[in-house]
Amino acid sequence: MNTKEITNQEELFVSGHRACHGCGMAIAVRHILKATGKNVIVVTPTGCLETFTSPFGYSPWRVPWIHHLFENGPAIATGVVAALKAQGRDDTRVLAIGGDGSTFDIGFGALSGMLERGDDVLYICADNGAYMNTGGQRSGASPLYSATTTDPAGRSSVGKFQMKKDIPTIVAAHGVPYVATASVAYLKDLEKKIKKAMTYHGPRYIQIDSTCPSVWGFPSDRTLEVGRLAVECGITPLFEMENGEITKVRKIKKKISIEDYLKTQKRFRHLFAGDQGREALKEIQDLADANIRKYGLLKQAKAETTTSSEEVFT
Amino acid sequence: MSQVQVVEGSEAVAYAVRASRPHVISAYPISPQTHIVERLAQMVADGELDTQYVRVESEFSAASVLSGASAAGSRAYTASSSQGLLLMTEVLYASAGMRLPFVITGVNRTISAPISIQVDHQDTISLRDSGVIQLYVESSQEAYDTHLAAFKIAEDPAILLPVMVCMDGWILTHSYERVSFLKQEEVDRFLPPFQPADFLDVKEPKSWGSYGEEEMLMEFKFTVYDAMQKGKQRIKDVFSDLSLVTGRDYGGLIEAYHTGDAEVVLIGMGSMAGTIKEAVDELRSEGKKVGFVKIRCYRPFPYEDIWEEIKNAQVVGVMEADVSMGSEGAVSMDLKAKVCGRANAPLVLDFIAGLGGREINMDLVREIVGEAEKVCKSGVPFQEPYWAGLNPSILP
Repeated sequence: MNTKEITNQEELFVSGHRACHGCGMAIAVRHILKATGKNVIVVTPTGCLETFTSPFGYSPWRVPWIHHLFENGPAIATGVVAALKAQGRDDTRVLAIGGDGSTFDIGFGALSGMLERGDDVLYICADNGAYMNTGGQRSGASPLYSATTTDPAGRSSVGKFQMKKDIPTIVAAHGVPYVATASVAYLKDLEKKIKKAMTYHGPRYIQIDSTCPSVWGFPSDRTLEVGRLAVECGITPLFEMENGEITKVRKIKKKISIEDYLKTQKRFRHLFAGDQGREALKEIQDLADANIRKYGLLKQAKAETTTSSEEVFT
Repeated sequence: MSQVQVVEGSEAVAYAVRASRPHVISAYPISPQTHIVERLAQMVADGELDTQYVRVESEFSAASVLSGASAAGSRAYTASSSQGLLLMTEVLYASAGMRLPFVITGVNRTISAPISIQVDHQDTISLRDSGVIQLYVESSQEAYDTHLAAFKIAEDPAILLPVMVCMDGWILTHSYERVSFLKQEEVDRFLPPFQPADFLDVKEPKSWGSYGEEEMLMEFKFTVYDAMQKGKQRIKDVFSDLSLVTGRDYGGLIEAYHTGDAEVVLIGMGSMAGTIKEAVDELRSEGKKVGFVKIRCYRPFPYEDIWEEIKNAQVVGVMEADVSMGSEGAVSMDLKAKVCGRANAPLVLDFIAGLGGREINMDLVREIVGEAEKVCKSGVPFQEPYWAGLNPSILP
């Protein structure tokens, strides 16, 4: 599909919503719906996406959309799927699009239940790494040593002391047919993954690195650039897993250091001062390097974790 | 023409649910409601019930599945109890606010702590402010009939709210009773398929569960309040329509028992009604002018109907298996709020009874009537609730 064709596609997520300037999530959602087409019902648990798209009378959604609560997106989706099945509406598919707070933390039990039951839902986590809707508090998705409003950096803290929860692996361990990671910086790749996910039935999961200028602290015209740096340094590996095997990884074009990524954002600014920060930077670099080895992110490299053939695409 | 069988109360409910043809049933175990969802599961396994039976991982999801199914235009059902109902609380408030009709059997059981599986009404009473319609039943037969009515009430276009049929755990769910069942075609005539005007539909995309800003939130809440208030007449109509099919009439929102000339009127809900009626008969044979009002519909609260039955009494004794810590029983509070200030209103006394399965027997009812008679003579009501059957010897 060329640029003109993409532009001419029917918009199912239209302008007029209340997202912040440069919101990565809003861009992602627009492209998700371009990929799915209009025969979908979207479930959105409470979070940024719900808040900025739902003021009564101002909906940007041109597909049927439902928000209910924070922790029950997957269960609402299950209910919708069950109703569609009972009514024989086989041509309608169900998407859930939640943030990392609902996906990693408060709604994780419901997500695990939905995955275990095998319900036919494409669950998308638009991951911006903290509770942005309430002002940027720490979530299970916040990266190691990021500063959040409930885990701030200070004289005796370098920010979040724990690792980001590895939800894609945990989802895959449920035995689901399709798991992928994506980024707002690579929208064609995102659309491809959505389309591929829609060819499968059963529970599927896509986690999108959704850059957030407001809380990560970078200018709102650098949304895609910051997302790209996260991929190019290795901290955000982009891969696809089909039936438990990694089948594709996005190779890094030109590897950059972790510092080149972190220094673009205020949430990591504290790492660039003092000995503690230097130690922390080393640890984060080790994480990125481990990802690069694990997923085989450099050209010519083979992943440590898979035996299947990998397709290189850029 | 109907069939009569001796069945467990839970099974009577399962028969009513099957006859109501729900598209979606969600199930999560908790005593004492488990026999209901187990029986329904067996019906599905045996090919007797065509439904999407969803085995969820929590009561939170059990109620959420119903909400999603209802929004997508399907009739939906689950059963729960006690902690399970409390876990659903947030879902029930939101579903009522979004006008999503479905039916839940609230099998009554007390709330921790201490943990106990025995009956009282604290669980369902805790949900009284949620916007969920609450119907209480006295017998398995009434449970069967009320479930059929519940779907019709929930789905009424003027109501569109969740309905909870509250049924005493163990006493009703696990005892065997003679129950008369309707034929499927009779149920089908009474309860047509759920066909909501709005549902999640790709042909007519709409947004559900929007953010309500301050210039409209009160109006959203008022519409739920108004649906409840106006729903009182619709609920009476549905009960009355059903009684034409079943030949059984329990009254409307309340059932009055010898209230005409009563000086003391007791008020209660659920299975305690049977014992209270027995006691009223006995006391009347001794020349005491005692009557009883059974509340069938607790939310919306039928104060006009109750008033008609108590307005000539001297004292009203509310017997209730719940308490609002720091205040008194919920039913008593509701009643006082509505009779207070009316000319010649009877005195209202609150009796907390039957918490956590403490037996409500004839002697206890006699004790309560005795206390009410004392107040008839003195004209001075007690201010604190009377804890009937409390054992002071084990208090610290």
